[in-house]
Amino acid sequence: MSIQIIKPGLFSTIQDEGRKGFQHLGINPNGAMDIRAMQIANALVLNDVSQAILEFYFPGPVLRFTQPAVIALSGADFSAEINGVKLSINQPLLISANTTIQFGSKKWGQVGYLSVQGGFHLTQWLNSYSTNVKAAAGGFEGGILKPGQTIDLNLKTSNKDTSKEFSIIPWKGSVKDFYHSNALQFIPGYEFKKLTASSQELFSSSVFSLLGQSDRMGYRLKGPSLELSTNNEMISSAVTKGTVQLFPSGQCVVLMADHQTTGGYPRMGHIIAADLPTLAQKTRNDAIYFKPTSIDQAEKLFLEQEQHLHKFTNACSLQLDAYHRH
Amino acid sequence: MDVSKLNIYPLGDQAVTIQLSDQIDPSTNQQVVQIFHYLQNQSLKWITDIIPAYSSITIVYDLASLPSPSTFSSRYEWIKSILIQNIESMNTTIMFGRQIKIPVCYDLSVGPDLIELSQHCKLSIEEVIYKHTQQSYTVYMIGFLPGFPYMASIDPSIQMNRKAEPRQKVPKGSVGIAGAQTGIYPLDSPGGWQIIGQTPMNLFNLSTPNPCLLAPGDSVEFYAISLDDFLKIKSIENT
Repeated sequence: MSIQIIKPGLFSTIQDEGRKGFQHLGINPNGAMDIRAMQIANALVLNDVSQAILEFYFPGPVLRFTQPAVIALSGADFSAEINGVKLSINQPLLISANTTIQFGSKKWGQVGYLSVQGGFHLTQWLNSYSTNVKAAAGGFEGGILKPGQTIDLNLKTSNKDTSKEFSIIPWKGSVKDFYHSNALQFIPGYEFKKLTASSQELFSSSVFSLLGQSDRMGYRLKGPSLELSTNNEMISSAVTKGTVQLFPSGQCVVLMADHQTTGGYPRMGHIIAADLPTLAQKTRNDAIYFKPTSIDQAEKLFLEQEQHLHKFTNACSLQLDAYHRH
Repeated sequence: MDVSKLNIYPLGDQAVTIQLSDQIDPSTNQQVVQIFHYLQNQSLKWITDIIPAYSSITIVYDLASLPSPSTFSSRYEWIKSILIQNIESMNTTIMFGRQIKIPVCYDLSVGPDLIELSQHCKLSIEEVIYKHTQQSYTVYMIGFLPGFPYMASIDPSIQMNRKAEPRQKVPKGSVGIAGAQTGIYPLDSPGGWQIIGQTPMNLFNLSTPNPCLLAPGDSVEFYAISLDDFLKIKSIENT
């Protein structure tokens, strides 16, 4: 009736769409780094797209299923396998009892997701399953997963064919509408104008690269040193996922899912929500470019993605329905 | 409320910030707190978070739940107009926050920066403690960590900037100074404030529906307790 954590992998946590409505108490939203991959993983197993999933980094965890389950992997591709047989991502799988999933090499992306049909058996903290590591709350026992832990599943799946460790459900979702390899679009931040003219120019024309010290709190960038024309101390105010802050060193950080609720560093820009999945999947030393955009364009792109997700979800139910009737 | 002086700008494509001034002052912050309570009571269902800060307030919204804005160029512009209407129609009243007294142990064993701060301010440790406990502070905002109160303004004679290198671990309950601000770490955390003491009170309690002791608009006074009392209260608080 559960998943056993044989090896926890690097910073594996339970996440959902994030904890909303408590930022005025300093409680940050947390939630999946790549919300779209989380939703896609859920859609593939016919869960509500906001169901809690397992988020993991490279090297991934080793997980043993003690019961049959329908699962899906999405986001990063870390070459998942069962007993040496490679698994595809973005495809539902029916796993037999006592089957172990592990991961091989990093093929694409930074952060992976595993969904289980019916979800994990957990209790919410402040209306969300997301793990708040700092407060040691939410998720599974409030923290990153540890070896030997067992997470119960909500649904009992039956599997008539016990001769195989897993069967692939012949339907692979396309995720091309959610990622791109172009410049990340941003809405200029309130302090962007305070950069010198040449630094403003540099922000949109330079190559930045993602530093290894990046984590769920923020993606640190290495790029040209940016300079402010005035150096007034800022008064702290709210920040959000995607906010690009400028450190006194002249280097930038993009705030991610575990960001603080407020901050006092100058805000260069805000990566638009539609581009956050692309950003979340950037990995160490990847090149990053920025391109300014307008609020109406940002909204349009986000709502288009919502439409794509809606279509994706419908396609999943049709395909799986057909599979079960087959 | 007069909305002509408000500076409203997008904080990305899912949040809007209303900046009332670029100063830290009690009357601006009171307006922020009023807008916060007013908007909370309006229960506009597309709002997911309202985040009050020193002199600004940020409204996070659920873009996907908003209808197409027929007469506006974007959903952002529509939201901005709704917020302006709301704030305009709001009656400004004088509000009284709660008065909260917080015990602090200013023993050197829990106030590792007391000596440095007293040398920096050219005061005795007793004078620093006296000045810190002498007045009441306004909770301007909660941020940085769950339940971390930003309080101001402390007496100019005991002000000191943050440490050049933050500490890896500041213990839960630590009371610190950063410029004109004083704050309390609700959890163990890295941090750069000058630590002058520790409270045995829990500022953040996971198991209660209202997990934070303090809220913006509250008034806080500190009173000094001995190390013995500190340890006694701490053991009661944590049972």
